[in-house]
Amino acid sequence: MRRIAIIGIGCTKVGEHWDKALRDLAVEASLRAMEDVGLYDVDYVLVGNMMSGYLQNQEHLGALVADSLGLQGAGAAKIEAACASGGMAVHMGCQLIASGAADSVLVVGVEKMTDATTQEATKALAMAEDQEYSAYTGTSFVGLNALVARAYMRAYGVGHEDIARFPVICHKHALDNEFAQFRFPITVEAVMSSPIVADPLHLLECAGIGDGAAAVLLAPLEDARKIIDAPVEVLASTVSIDKFSLHQRDDLTSFKATRASAEAAFKKAGLGAEDIDVLEVHDAFSVLGLIALEDLGFAERGKAAELVKEGGIEIGGKIPTNTFGGLKARGHPVGATGVYQIVELVRQLRGEAGKNQVEGAERGYAQNIGGVGTTITAHILGRVD
Amino acid sequence: MSAPNYLREAPRRYRLEGARCKGCGAIHFPPKAICDRCGGRDLESEGLSGEGELVAYTIIRHPPKGFEDQAPYVIGIVQLKEGVRILSQIVDCDPTELREGMRLKVAIRRIKNDGGFIEYGYKFRPA
Ligand SMILES: [Zn+2]
Repeated sequence: MRRIAIIGIGCTKVGEHWDKALRDLAVEASLRAMEDVGLYDVDYVLVGNMMSGYLQNQEHLGALVADSLGLQGAGAAKIEAACASGGMAVHMGCQLIASGAADSVLVVGVEKMTDATTQEATKALAMAEDQEYSAYTGTSFVGLNALVARAYMRAYGVGHEDIARFPVICHKHALDNEFAQFRFPITVEAVMSSPIVADPLHLLECAGIGDGAAAVLLAPLEDARKIIDAPVEVLASTVSIDKFSLHQRDDLTSFKATRASAEAAFKKAGLGAEDIDVLEVHDAFSVLGLIALEDLGFAERGKAAELVKEGGIEIGGKIPTNTFGGLKARGHPVGATGVYQIVELVRQLRGEAGKNQVEGAERGYAQNIGGVGTTITAHILGRVD
Repeated sequence: MSAPNYLREAPRRYRLEGARCKGCGAIHFPPKAICDRCGGRDLESEGLSGEGELVAYTIIRHPPKGFEDQAPYVIGIVQLKEGVRILSQIVDCDPTELREGMRLKVAIRRIKNDGGFIEYGYKFRPA
């Protein structure tokens, strides 16, 4: 298997892009990634996206985006794995490079959610769940994650204020991210006094609805070294799935797919949690950030809130996490999220993170979740010297 | 939901029809072709009791499209006495009186009426 490098990155701001279509966003992010390295021709285009069929009535997105980029002749496909569509698209791109099936792959994650009503977007998100046995009941996607939050607080005696600190730190990190959707500080008090979406989860601890796109260019490491000075290597790219629905699992407070994908990724990279300098976790809901810290080995079960409280996930802390704002504050354009995470890690490893720079960051880890812990991708990136 | 889909699901919706693995005895709901506990492929249909207890619950205040007229409503995970877990609305209760571990019983209720035929199926209520 060939070693894999990321040679170009680009993204749009996350927000309400009423003046841009789905394909415009994908093209904008892709062109930025191509301009980043000066490479405009690729063998493959993989588009990470979840909702284009329902929200835009548009499928066949791989070819649509490739054609918009003038890449007739390339291979192209949409990769869908709910909120892990982006991470899964990067994962599939890595397989193409590692196997030798392609020498250059453009992975672009894109989602456009703000043209829809809140009820339509809520229904689209619930499509991640089993339509006949979960969505059927009338549960929202937030509702299922609310079950996780309640179970977590009960199991470990953790107070809601301690969970609410996670989005507060994400908002702090987003202040200096020009691409972030929500660039304003919040407090634990503000989270707790914001409206309840599904008990016990409040509005300010749930990722919002947004539009955005992020792209990465992948190539074999041996070629990358000839093109750019400092490529970032993908040391591991793994994926794992759990029992499909949350209610089928015995333990609601930990995600087996996080643990399994992490174990495989750390083994492949020959590394452990202690070797990671910067972390991106899928904090679509506050409690998920804490559970990720525990499942990935950065905190003991039920103890992540303590790590957060003592500043452990802030820049300069033990394990700087979601350094550009995470899903909560950078924004969560669903199919793009997993690619944003990779773009942000590359920025850190290149030393291009500006005020958000984690000094001396050499290795980063990204966790992207589809469904409620159903599909989870893991990527470990490393600086190449 | 389409009419054929609704008819196809009726045994599960009305009778909580699950499946028992003849190899290891595991109960599955919905029924499966392959037991994910032992890998066995010999499973038989089994009606579930509809009696269980509440594992976790939430109150949906911002419903998905199609459920607007019912909000707010309770969604919970119910563990049946057979061991299998089901996601369901919890009805006929004051949400402030819900407690994890409380006993529940199945009830057949209207699920949704989105302008076509009216869908019925399982919900749970305090026993
Ligand atoms: Zn079995």
